[in-house]
Amino acid sequence: MPQEALELILTRQWASYLATPVWVMDSDENLVYCNEAAEAVLGLRLDEAGPTPLAALPDIFQITALDGLPLDAHSIPVGIALRKRKASHLPLRWRAQDGIWRKGEVTAFPLEGTAGRFLGAVAIFWEMQQE
Amino acid sequence: MRVTFWGTRGSLPTSGPETTRYGGNTAGVQVRGSRDTLLILDAGTGIRRLGEALDSELTRLDILLSHLHLDHIQCLGFFAPLYKPGVEVHIWGPPSTTLDLQTRLARYLSPPLFPVRIRDFQCRLTLHDAPLSPFAIGEFEVRAEPICHPGATVGYRVTEDGVSLAYLSDHEPALGVREFPGEANWTSGFDLARDVDLLIHDA
Repeated sequence: MPQEALELILTRQWASYLATPVWVMDSDENLVYCNEAAEAVLGLRLDEAGPTPLAALPDIFQITALDGLPLDAHSIPVGIALRKRKASHLPLRWRAQDGIWRKGEVTAFPLEGTAGRFLGAVAIFWEMQQE
Repeated sequence: MRVTFWGTRGSLPTSGPETTRYGGNTAGVQVRGSRDTLLILDAGTGIRRLGEALDSELTRLDILLSHLHLDHIQCLGFFAPLYKPGVEVHIWGPPSTTLDLQTRLARYLSPPLFPVRIRDFQCRLTLHDAPLSPFAIGEFEVRAEPICHPGATVGYRVTEDGVSLAYLSDHEPALGVREFPGEANWTSGFDLARDVDLLIHDA
């Protein structure tokens, strides 16, 4: 497996110390890291699941808007950050792997490294509530 | 390729009987290719003696800077080939997200910190932000990648005819790895160092 970009290595390091749930996606649109706080709200152990493609996330988590309308991978904040390379913020609902529906807000932004390299995206989860 | 170490210390040059074995100079490594292409890895105080030892017929050399901390650039102003009009000098350094290499180096190579400006060097000087994709210098293929160290820092992998060396200076490879050295794909510098014949690693 090739080495991840230094910026992703350091982003993972930063996220690993945060109590705020954080996802890290690589430029191939794979979820490559969830910090412990994110694993808790998503019911997902990434070490067990391995890198997870963006396209699979809406199916795994049944992501919807607050009104219940299903959202595809292009419409969730991390998908927008990866595909359009711009920041995005949305209120969402999702059903975690523990079967519990949660709602909260998600902010995602693209990662651009030195020399303009596109490296992936980061998603941060805010103000989660169980339904 | 032939490799000569002209400086092996970090932070400060150190003189005294306790440093006579490896020398007291800061980072500087000479790499000669089979067709005599000359690379110099970092420009610490070690390269002052290198500059005096070089052939007077030298027409080109390339300096690859790992980063711009003073112990890695301190000798640029004391490196004799930079003052020779007939010599073509290329200096490569880590790319920054904001400033080009010349602007960053000029913070040191200008008054009041240093009496000589970059524009005063008499060689034919070109400064490059090292590309983060492989590039050629003479018979060498050079690859630069960011590595862990405060500020913009790159490591280099230099290859000629299937023989390779990696130069990773002031490197912090355990940062960001949960169980170093267990996660190769999350280890800074791993791809540069993988399977090289010579690893020059200051960590």
